Amino acid sequence: MSDERILKFHILRYNPQVKGDVPTMKTYEVKEAPGMTIFIALNDIRENHDPSLQFDFICRAGICGSCAMIINGHPDLACRTLTSKFPDGEIKLLPLPGFELIGDLSVNTGKFMRAMSERVESWIHDKYADSVDLDRLEERMEPDIAEQIYELERCVECGCCVSACATKRMRDGFLTAVGFMRLARYALDPRDKRSDEEFYEIVGDDEGVFGCMTLLGCQDYCPKDLPHQTQIAYLRRRMALVK
Amino acid sequence: MKIVYTDSLIIGGGLAGLRIAIAARQRGYDSIVLSLMPAKRSHSAAAQGGMQASLGASIKGEGDNEDVHFEDTVKGSDWGCDQDVARMFVNTAPKAIRQLCAWGVPWSRVRKGDREVVINGQKVTITEKDEAHGLITSRDFGGTKKWRTCFTSDGTGHTMLYAMDNKAIQLGIPVHERKEAIAIIHEDGVCHGAVVRDLITGELIAYIAKATVIATGGYGRLYAVTTNAVISEGIGNAIALETGVAPLGNMEAVQFHPTAIVPVGILTTEGCRGDGGLLLDKDGYRFMPDYEPGKKELASRDVVSRRMTEHIRKGKGVPSRYGDHLWLDITLLGRAHIEKNLREVKEICEYFLGIDPVKEYIPVRPTQHYSMGGVRTKPTGESPTMRGLFSAGEAACWDMHGFNRLGGNSVAETVVAGMIVGEYVADYCAENPLKIDTKLIEKFMDREKEKISTLLSREKGESAFALKKEMQQIMMDKVGIFRNEADLSQAVEELKLLHQRSKNIALRHKIASSNPELVEAIRVPKMIRLAQCVAYGAMLRKESRGAHAREDYPERNDRDWLKRTLTFWKDENADLPEVQYEELDVMKMEMPPGSRGYGVDNTIHHPDTEKRVAQLEEIKKANPSADRFEMQRLLNPIEIPEKFRGKNERIGKGFK
Repeated sequence: MSDERILKFHILRYNPQVKGDVPTMKTYEVKEAPGMTIFIALNDIRENHDPSLQFDFICRAGICGSCAMIINGHPDLACRTLTSKFPDGEIKLLPLPGFELIGDLSVNTGKFMRAMSERVESWIHDKYADSVDLDRLEERMEPDIAEQIYELERCVECGCCVSACATKRMRDGFLTAVGFMRLARYALDPRDKRSDEEFYEIVGDDEGVFGCMTLLGCQDYCPKDLPHQTQIAYLRRRMALVK
Repeated sequence: MKIVYTDSLIIGGGLAGLRIAIAARQRGYDSIVLSLMPAKRSHSAAAQGGMQASLGASIKGEGDNEDVHFEDTVKGSDWGCDQDVARMFVNTAPKAIRQLCAWGVPWSRVRKGDREVVINGQKVTITEKDEAHGLITSRDFGGTKKWRTCFTSDGTGHTMLYAMDNKAIQLGIPVHERKEAIAIIHEDGVCHGAVVRDLITGELIAYIAKATVIATGGYGRLYAVTTNAVISEGIGNAIALETGVAPLGNMEAVQFHPTAIVPVGILTTEGCRGDGGLLLDKDGYRFMPDYEPGKKELASRDVVSRRMTEHIRKGKGVPSRYGDHLWLDITLLGRAHIEKNLREVKEICEYFLGIDPVKEYIPVRPTQHYSMGGVRTKPTGESPTMRGLFSAGEAACWDMHGFNRLGGNSVAETVVAGMIVGEYVADYCAENPLKIDTKLIEKFMDREKEKISTLLSREKGESAFALKKEMQQIMMDKVGIFRNEADLSQAVEELKLLHQRSKNIALRHKIASSNPELVEAIRVPKMIRLAQCVAYGAMLRKESRGAHAREDYPERNDRDWLKRTLTFWKDENADLPEVQYEELDVMKMEMPPGSRGYGVDNTIHHPDTEKRVAQLEEIKKANPSADRFEMQRLLNPIEIPEKFRGKNERIGKGFK
């Protein structure tokens, strides 16, 4: 059975903090255990083979978005990827492209995501938001609208869409799907008082929604199955109508 | 020497930390948040099921108010909580949720008309009122009289954390990511900031602040299997302990959640049972009504976890290669409900278990989940013995949870404590100038530098990874759901040895910059000390209260143990922490100790309890016209920052 398998992990090793270090691929062998995920395997490698191996996990339950990496050529969350998914037992791991490399499999998604949030002004724009009387009933919202907003807010900022985006590869300042999704979320929210003209100022150019080449790697690789395709199309139409 | 100055330094970028940073910023004080990772990845995001606040908009929440929430919280704590704090909390929770509503959380809303729900295994139709349509709705959770837990699907923590972090970004609050506070800088009982290690460059930086806040979450990772994120290692607690001045409170109060999946320990929310899910044994038999005919699956968490363990011990568990477990059955809720309100649970089942919970049972077992203990604080959030050191959220023992936290009261605490403690942090910044001798900074920086260089230069020694594993196993085996003298004293002895060995850690990979092995080597001795606090406190507490269940002392003993454990580590070279106790004053309790209503009540009562009950009756009799607000002021006068003192409006009730 599968618990007898020896898995081969081929991992990109590079520590930019160490002068003279060069990127190399290293192979580690790990004995597979039932239910093993890449999270478990990488910790095994760190504890038993190479304590210097860098990677990021937080929740290890597929909800925090820390551990996205390129797994056999595809961006995905490593924590919830079972090793049993790979019939030949060969697993190649690379850090997520499109982000600053911290070392090995660890990349700086935080810096990128904060910049994205600042760029799309990822908050409710309502000059009264801070003077709301907290003693009174909250503003009502249609239950359907609340559910629709939550659908778009399920993004975990893992960065898979960014790494799967060909437009981003060609155009470094491209906002990418994570930014479009965030904007779409606020555009849908009746509490956000921004007008379409204001949204246009943020995404109405080639660095924004009109730069997208519609290759839709974002749609293919989003671990949360967010509706990127629909939202990009919707934002484009809405932005095209802005005079 | 690199030094960063600010007004308030917040260690930890979860809900509590961010909320305090926002409060201080809004009062005009600079705040810097330190975080191991991007703030949006904090463990707050993992809270699935919801946040308790007595809005009472849903028909099943009708009649709810602060008083009912208070009663549930105090009962839930097994009378171990600080009732002043519980009061501050319940009165402010509705405001906190309404503020988050204004800041963008897409709370699930009441939909008018009929809807089908599952209650006690039966499909029932309930009718929501027209006038409640569009207000924040709520679901049922364990240990509560009303449906009080407000939610966004089962991604409540995620949406709260995103709204909070976005608010912090809007206010321009800097979050210094990949930074770890490794020591508190202090002198003469005053805190001045922290020595912080940059996890990428390895550089040590002194962050000097008027107020320093520990908001680093719980210490679940002291256990081998836990629902907690891998960063919930209690390092914030440990650096407070290592001051020798600031005590930790009730460290032995550790909660086990009934339903984590087997074997990896990932949580499935209490919302599963709140929404009607059942617990079944190996015969497919629903056993909880036999043990707890009243609340059944929705008894308090500590109770359900113990009953499950008892049932497994009777041989009723489902055998598996990872040991026995039980089943969580949510199939009766139907696909539509699961895919809308329990979708994270569904994803977790699909990815980690390869099952579809719409059709199949989920293998579950009680698993370490929450740390009621933490940095002991006053109701203001400040350490009772170190000025300028604050703590909030799971990291703190503010003490609204006592010995058992109710589901939904945890994220609620983070934001409510964030609001309240945030105001006191701002007050502290207003009243205290930044005054520090750089020699003091140097002393602490040199001490930490020296420790790290010793670690890096030691040729041979212990492996930090191995020591951690041993500690986690001891905690699992001997400081678990059911505890006894023999196991606990063994645990204390074994941890003592580990503590000694942890002074001799050596690294295989000897570089000072980005180095996971060095991170581990710095953390593990701290974690072992915390584990010692938990085990030692548990050994000394000879009673059962809430989540602390002693097989050899099964009764709650108010007479001798109605007190809070305070743990100090005063002597750096000591092998054990020093334990003191803080009495809980029955004569000041709004709700004197009584029965929680589970199993047999074998409480040994406190001599003051009867007196206080009589006294309360007299006060009530003497003030026949007092409404519930006036009565509360008579029974339990509390201090709340001015801006949070207003009465809360409810549909159909107004401000009554």
